[in-house]
Amino acid sequence: MVPIHYYLILSAVMFITGVVGVLTRRNAIIIFMCIELMLNSVNLTFVAFSAYLGNETGQMFVFFIMAVAAAEAAVGLAIVIALFRNRQTVNINDVNILRW
Amino acid sequence: MMEQLLTDSLNTAPITGMVILSLIVVMINALKKEPLATEYWVSLVGIVINIGLAVWVFPERGTAFSGSVMTGGYASVTAIIFLTAAALTIMLARVYIDKIGANFGEFFHLILFVTTGMMSFAAGLDLLVTFVGLELMSIPLYVLAGITRRNLKATEAALKYFLLGAFSTGFFVYGIGLIYGMTGTTKILDIAQNINAYSSEPLFMVGAGLMLVGFAFKVGAVPFHMWVPDVYEGSPTMVSAFMSTGVKAAAFSALLLVFTATFDFMHSSINTVVAVLSVASMVIGNIVALSQKNFKRMLAYSSIAHAGYMLIGITAGGGVSIAGVLFYLVAYMLTNLGAFGIASFIENSDQTGTDIDDFRGLYQRHPALAVILGVFMFSLIGLPPFAGFFGKYYIFVAAIENGYTWLTIVGVITSMISVYYYLRVVVVMFFQPEGEQVQTARFGREGAFALAVAAAGVLLIGVFPSVVLDWVSALF
Repeated sequence: MVPIHYYLILSAVMFITGVVGVLTRRNAIIIFMCIELMLNSVNLTFVAFSAYLGNETGQMFVFFIMAVAAAEAAVGLAIVIALFRNRQTVNINDVNILRW
Repeated sequence: MMEQLLTDSLNTAPITGMVILSLIVVMINALKKEPLATEYWVSLVGIVINIGLAVWVFPERGTAFSGSVMTGGYASVTAIIFLTAAALTIMLARVYIDKIGANFGEFFHLILFVTTGMMSFAAGLDLLVTFVGLELMSIPLYVLAGITRRNLKATEAALKYFLLGAFSTGFFVYGIGLIYGMTGTTKILDIAQNINAYSSEPLFMVGAGLMLVGFAFKVGAVPFHMWVPDVYEGSPTMVSAFMSTGVKAAAFSALLLVFTATFDFMHSSINTVVAVLSVASMVIGNIVALSQKNFKRMLAYSSIAHAGYMLIGITAGGGVSIAGVLFYLVAYMLTNLGAFGIASFIENSDQTGTDIDDFRGLYQRHPALAVILGVFMFSLIGLPPFAGFFGKYYIFVAAIENGYTWLTIVGVITSMISVYYYLRVVVVMFFQPEGEQVQTARFGREGAFALAVAAAGVLLIGVFPSVVLDWVSALF
């Protein structure tokens, strides 16, 4: 069996990749993809711990995270489309009527 | 088994009731074409019934659904706070959403969903319930922030709120993941039993810290406050009002429940972090508010500062500060809803006209509105005999009792800075002549009633603080 450290390090790397992406990328869709990456790294953490502890709470939690992420994606993409219709851009540097 | 299920459902009646109410309003909205009166009245009556249910289950202190939801006591009190905020928001917004062209039935059921989420967020004793409640609160708010979808500012605010809100959710849930991994459970009470053993685990503390980051985003504490001014300025005014009162109240209630009441972290290193957040919020919020020209943006920075004051209470810990923070939340909720409400009354239909200069000569046009806004401003400063004074007083007393005199000193000094920008609004309203473009306030009977309730509440709590204090004391 693969030791749990490997999973934890992989998920931490994924999480940090997501955080760095959110902070450095300027396209709203790509920022959103980075947020999804963060949530998926959390899922990996939960599943790894769940298998390691022999306890199914973590796997159940993952389903809730996936459902919530889907709801968030629906709302978030709708907001991006509304913004695009108003501005013809999804670059957050151009979205600056309010000072960011 | 069935009996247990029935008892649990009854004991969590306010939450169950709100879920049912939200779904009823969704169905009404889906089935009829003409907006809006039915949704409005059903929502309002339903909320009042749910306040009644929350009072009814108040004595049933305990847990439901095998220890994953809290019932009675604390859960009831926080539920009443959120439900009151929702009812006042709906009444104040009745004419406003017509004016800005957001007269969709969706406004009402989204507010109801947000309220349901707040109640489960603040009553969750399983981190799963806390997380789902947080999201049920946040996702409808992203929609509400952009409900005027052709307005450039509102869609921009919605995008910023969504991106940063989802970002903070990531931290929050990663924190939960690490805590689960270290403890093998997500039940808060089970974790609390062995909290001393876990506190020495580095990964557990990293998890708690990540959860704290998520909370700090939601309450808008420095340095996680970047979204607050933009979102409050860009969103429709009554949505900002609901965000700044209800959401902040929910996030603080959950923070109190998890970190102060059950985990009792307040003797560990996290305490120092919270104290730093508190000082940074008070200083930066109050100082940046000095230079604001827009009333909503000024209130946004003021809300950052108020988050700082409430974090003093979180730092101090113990029963007195829990009561103090809850009292502060009630006072702040009434005051800020009223202040945003008046701004929404005089706003133009294209969501402009909320600069502080637009309040010039308000006293000549609407003396009553000007006087009431003056009351709210004095309450935000924290002058007696208004509610804000006792809010600050109880928190500062709790801090001094627990040996945080220096935090109190910072709090008092920054409150004195805040006098300048709150009083500037009063001066502009009463002593400056009207501008060329005069806006007439539109609010209707419901708005006037809700405003009167808020103002009366601020005065009543200010003169007889024990009315609220008796309810919020000794909840744990």
